[in-house]
Amino acid sequence: MAKQISVFLENKAGRLAHVTRVLGDAGINIRALSIADTSDFGILRVIVNDPDKAYRILREAEFTVSETEVIAVQVPDSPGGLASVLEQMSEENLNIEYLYAFIGSSGNDALVIFKVEDIEKARNSFKERGIKFLEEQDLYRL
Amino acid sequence: MNYWDQEQECMPRPPLENIQLRRLRETVNRSYAFVPAYKEKMDAAGVKPDDINSLQDLRKLPFTTKQDLRDNYPFGLFALPMSEVVRIHSSSGTTGKPTVVGYSKKDVDTWAELMARALVSAGANRHSVIQNSYGYGLFTGGLGVHYGAEKIGASVIPASGGNTKRQVMLMQDFGTSVLTCTPSYALQMHEVMEEIGIKASDLKLKSGVFGAEPWSENMRREIENKLEIDAYDIYGLSEIIGPGVAIECSYRSGLHIAEDHFIAEIIDPITEEVLEDGQQGELVITSLTKEALPMIRYRTRDLTTLDREICPCGRTHVRMRKVLGRSDDMVIIRGVNVFPSMVESVLLNIPNVEPHYMLIVDRKGNLDQLEVQVEISERIFSDEVKKLEEMGALITKELESALGIGVRVRLVEPKTIQRSEGKATRVIDKRKI
Repeated sequence: MAKQISVFLENKAGRLAHVTRVLGDAGINIRALSIADTSDFGILRVIVNDPDKAYRILREAEFTVSETEVIAVQVPDSPGGLASVLEQMSEENLNIEYLYAFIGSSGNDALVIFKVEDIEKARNSFKERGIKFLEEQDLYRL
Repeated sequence: MNYWDQEQECMPRPPLENIQLRRLRETVNRSYAFVPAYKEKMDAAGVKPDDINSLQDLRKLPFTTKQDLRDNYPFGLFALPMSEVVRIHSSSGTTGKPTVVGYSKKDVDTWAELMARALVSAGANRHSVIQNSYGYGLFTGGLGVHYGAEKIGASVIPASGGNTKRQVMLMQDFGTSVLTCTPSYALQMHEVMEEIGIKASDLKLKSGVFGAEPWSENMRREIENKLEIDAYDIYGLSEIIGPGVAIECSYRSGLHIAEDHFIAEIIDPITEEVLEDGQQGELVITSLTKEALPMIRYRTRDLTTLDREICPCGRTHVRMRKVLGRSDDMVIIRGVNVFPSMVESVLLNIPNVEPHYMLIVDRKGNLDQLEVQVEISERIFSDEVKKLEEMGALITKELESALGIGVRVRLVEPKTIQRSEGKATRVIDKRKI
């Protein structure tokens, strides 16, 4: 399991630059990110090396922030690797809210961040099926 | 020059002011005798009807506000028994109590007379075909214009609002020569004309009488160019009588207030001091002939100036400038009165939504649009777009059902909306008025 930091961003010039500058100045490294956008606003989702600190300093900078539990799945870095994981999740009826790729990798595996509806169920299914995922501390250390 | 009632409209000031004083005293006497709320207010201000001996003495009387109408909902300010009341109109009253106004038979007649003057001033006569596209119903616009149009013997098309294609068809097929509606609706009609390929030159339109919402000189030019007509501004409010309180003449340098029926004052909206002619302030109107609902020093909240120079048209009645704005933060959007406080109470009723908001009014194409910006809070924030959009949709639905108009809700970052330091700015009106 891992903590993702989510930040509300208005669709206005300079907002993304501002949030990344605030993180950068605090010495926080962004390891993965995705942006969901609508015509009015965006939601920045990041995995960082120190989520608790990131959460604190973003709030101090008056951003609207939340911490979300996500799961970092190790996906074989070969054709069909992600498809296989997704097929198995489908068989287990695991609903995915969204997913995005991690910038680094873990050994021979690519890393994909999943937000699922029921994270406990996902962990158990992954364990049963031998799908690897990273524990929190391992992820931040990458 | 066209007048409906030249004697009244062009009466020299001294006899006009004599009539005003006589009628003012009658109005104050009747209000004091028959309306407990007026008596209470006058007693509290230490003024008796006998103290009113000149037009200057009007200043001794306390003001009446929209709140007084609400406090006495529905009929508490009526000076006649209901058996004498022949008509009731009401504001939409989307939150809180609506304001209710009543008319005696004579009041309805007076109103028709005023609207007759207004229509004739705007170039209408018994040969005109008047298409009345103000809404009929509780709103005073529709029936007010209708009675005046019939009074001058014009042929009236009671089109009411909406169904714009049919409106255009009626204009073409019935040979409409005078159009009465809100100015933004006139432009919308032009848009539909273009869509279906009807040119202004295909129509017999000569003039339009537009009101019920603020509009600029730019908008007047646009309407006049597009529809190839003369556009006249009309002023009125239901609390006073409805449309027809004031109308432009062919010189269109201010709206003549029917001074044989109303007294106009301009006050500083904060100190409530009466201002000199020419100074901008809030228009205050006292009715002189209303039977069912006399209005003493009613604060209209409309900002304007008064000009007592005699108009080249020959009318002696004072002119008010086109309304420049409001002394409260009410905005009129597509004929609907919207107060920021209404938005606030809706937001406060949605769990976890904070009442930090801003109203942005704009005119896109010819239609006024209302955007409500709401600051997001951590309690409603979610990392999922779907959930934020659901929240936006919920706020939209609640606002639309409370305000009665379409609203676009935009979630914005916290602390981006100016915090109130004293009087908060809750409205940005981008319409060029």
